[in-house]
Amino acid sequence: MSRIIMLRQGATKAADPSDRRFAAFVATMSAVVILLVVGFIILLAVDSWPSIRKFGGHFLTGSVWNPVETEVNKVNFGALPFIYGTIVTSIVALILATPLALGSAIFVSEYAPSWLGRPVAFIIELLVAIPSVAYGIWGLFVLVPFMRGTIEPFLQNVLGHIPVLSALVAGPPFGQDLLTGGVVLAIMILPTILSLSREIIAQVPRLQKEGMLALGATKWEVLSQAVLPYAKGGIIGAAMLGLARAIGETMAVTMVIGNSSQKITGSLFTPGYTIASAIANQFTEADTQMYFSAIVELGLVLLLVASVFNVTSRLLVSRIMARKEGANA
Amino acid sequence: MKKIVAVLALVALVAAATIAQAIPGSGLVTKGVSGEAKNLTGAGATFPAVLYTKWFSEYAAKIGVQVNYQAIGSGGGIKSISDMTVDFGASDGPMTDDQLAAAKGGHLLHIPMTMGAVVPTYNIPELSRSKQVLKFTADTLSAIYLGDIIKWNDPKLVADNPQLAKVDKYIVVVHRSDGSGTSNIWTSYLSAVSEKWAKTVGAGNSVQWPVGLGGKGNEGVAGNVKQTQYAIGYVEEAYAVQNTLPVAQVKNSAGTWMDPTAKAVSKAAEGVTLPDDLRVKMVNSSNPEAWPITGFTWILVYQQQNDPAKALALTRLLWWNLHDGQAYAEKLLYAPLPVDAIAKAVVLLKSVTVNGSQALPPELASFK
Repeated sequence: MSRIIMLRQGATKAADPSDRRFAAFVATMSAVVILLVVGFIILLAVDSWPSIRKFGGHFLTGSVWNPVETEVNKVNFGALPFIYGTIVTSIVALILATPLALGSAIFVSEYAPSWLGRPVAFIIELLVAIPSVAYGIWGLFVLVPFMRGTIEPFLQNVLGHIPVLSALVAGPPFGQDLLTGGVVLAIMILPTILSLSREIIAQVPRLQKEGMLALGATKWEVLSQAVLPYAKGGIIGAAMLGLARAIGETMAVTMVIGNSSQKITGSLFTPGYTIASAIANQFTEADTQMYFSAIVELGLVLLLVASVFNVTSRLLVSRIMARKEGANA
Repeated sequence: MKKIVAVLALVALVAAATIAQAIPGSGLVTKGVSGEAKNLTGAGATFPAVLYTKWFSEYAAKIGVQVNYQAIGSGGGIKSISDMTVDFGASDGPMTDDQLAAAKGGHLLHIPMTMGAVVPTYNIPELSRSKQVLKFTADTLSAIYLGDIIKWNDPKLVADNPQLAKVDKYIVVVHRSDGSGTSNIWTSYLSAVSEKWAKTVGAGNSVQWPVGLGGKGNEGVAGNVKQTQYAIGYVEEAYAVQNTLPVAQVKNSAGTWMDPTAKAVSKAAEGVTLPDDLRVKMVNSSNPEAWPITGFTWILVYQQQNDPAKALALTRLLWWNLHDGQAYAEKLLYAPLPVDAIAKAVVLLKSVTVNGSQALPPELASFK
């Protein structure tokens, strides 16, 4: 911190006109970015105000989403099923993607010869370039039948008799459910986590590794004692970035998740709904003011969920880093 | 496909016999006129977008007026015209009184452009070789979508479809997940025929579905039905025809089992009394030859226009759509407007004014 202040003072002292112009230029750039974000939040808040005023906290806790007024059912917007679907699919994706990504990252950077490692990493990172609607179509026509016909019945056979876990796989396997949504997301966030983890593992100082090897450590010991502890914070950060992508992902999930907000059950085999897919599905046809306002509020809630995840992950990383530094000292 | 073509040919023949070739009033708008705006913008419904795109490219080539149409959905169309950010809006569902009252530019007219039908489709492996399509009544369809009938061998279904007696499977109900005019027509039909549906779910572009999976877009619903055994869904007729999905018969309000032919769709408009503002849902028509699940799709324009150049271009465009344009509908698997609907639409078009005088040019306005 103090170093930054010193640097700044140094810059003012230099007082070179071109330097000042450049400082003003970059300051403007960052101000524009900040203004964009602030303006975005203000716009969301203004447009969602009618809904916020009418439904208040019920919006976050209610689970009825009824845009059409009838004799028996009043117009009512409660986003809980969407929030639940967003969190569950993101966590499923994280649980599936992190070990895969980390395993490949370690293999590529530590074990594989470079003629193999580089192409493998390249191919996996290529997954980033696939548009999400392509994942969605593949998901709908390939993954969904596979989940319905093979994976889900298998999971029911294996887990169906274990007390707590059986609740996760209850109900008829439709193939379009929270689990499939999570699987598609896992595939989509895999390259993000992988490429970041690889970079981080590559940053581990050679000295650390060589020191371990000099002490006669095996490859596994080097990995587990020198590389992974050093890279832990960064890897968690990478996973959290993947999670952030999963939370906001829209098209691919929409096509495989079943888009049903009827009820929240513990089963991963329930057709569900995420906040992002609810917005994508309903935004264009939200034809009353309250409906439109509720959809915009969903955007605000999505921002909130993403922020909560983001802050949590930052706290987690800083906690881990702090502990490590403490251990080193 | 062949069947539809044959039926279309028949419709064309019948039409030719009664009204002699094209719709009277066609061929009056053939070239651009001075004082006419060269650009118009519109936004709204996705369902008629294919037809509109064809119309507007033809119109630009012939008349020299460019129409920029954004298929952003009916809700977006209503919002855009209400906020006056476009010259015309488009919607598959009629605007509600509240929405009309909220429009910033005064009174909005609903001018019908074409008609669409929504059809039930299904996937039952046991029946894949059967030539006999399933038959649904208003009761069975609404009960399935309410979750009251949950199995294919329900006695109510078996009564009309003996082939289902042995299909002891749960019904997988598929609906649209995105808001759409297709859902509007479907839920309007269910509301019209089922009191329980009207009271608990209602009609709209998107509703709270009591049961089922949501597929995104017609392709999402068709995809779900195609690959999910024992599924039932609903799609636009053109979509079912193009994808060779089995299309069920539905009993109309006169008690006749109907196939959704183009003729049966057009007939629906003849069985209902069309109000003068044409803001009407045409589901459950009383015409004995009508397919019961149909609706108009409308272009929304302000009755009081402010810009003479735009008003002239817009009224001439709508005239062309209502007359010359109808000939394109059949090829693109839309049902053309029946003659009396066109007549009423022309009355509405004539009522458009700009700065107090009629916007439609005299040579069109005086056409009888």
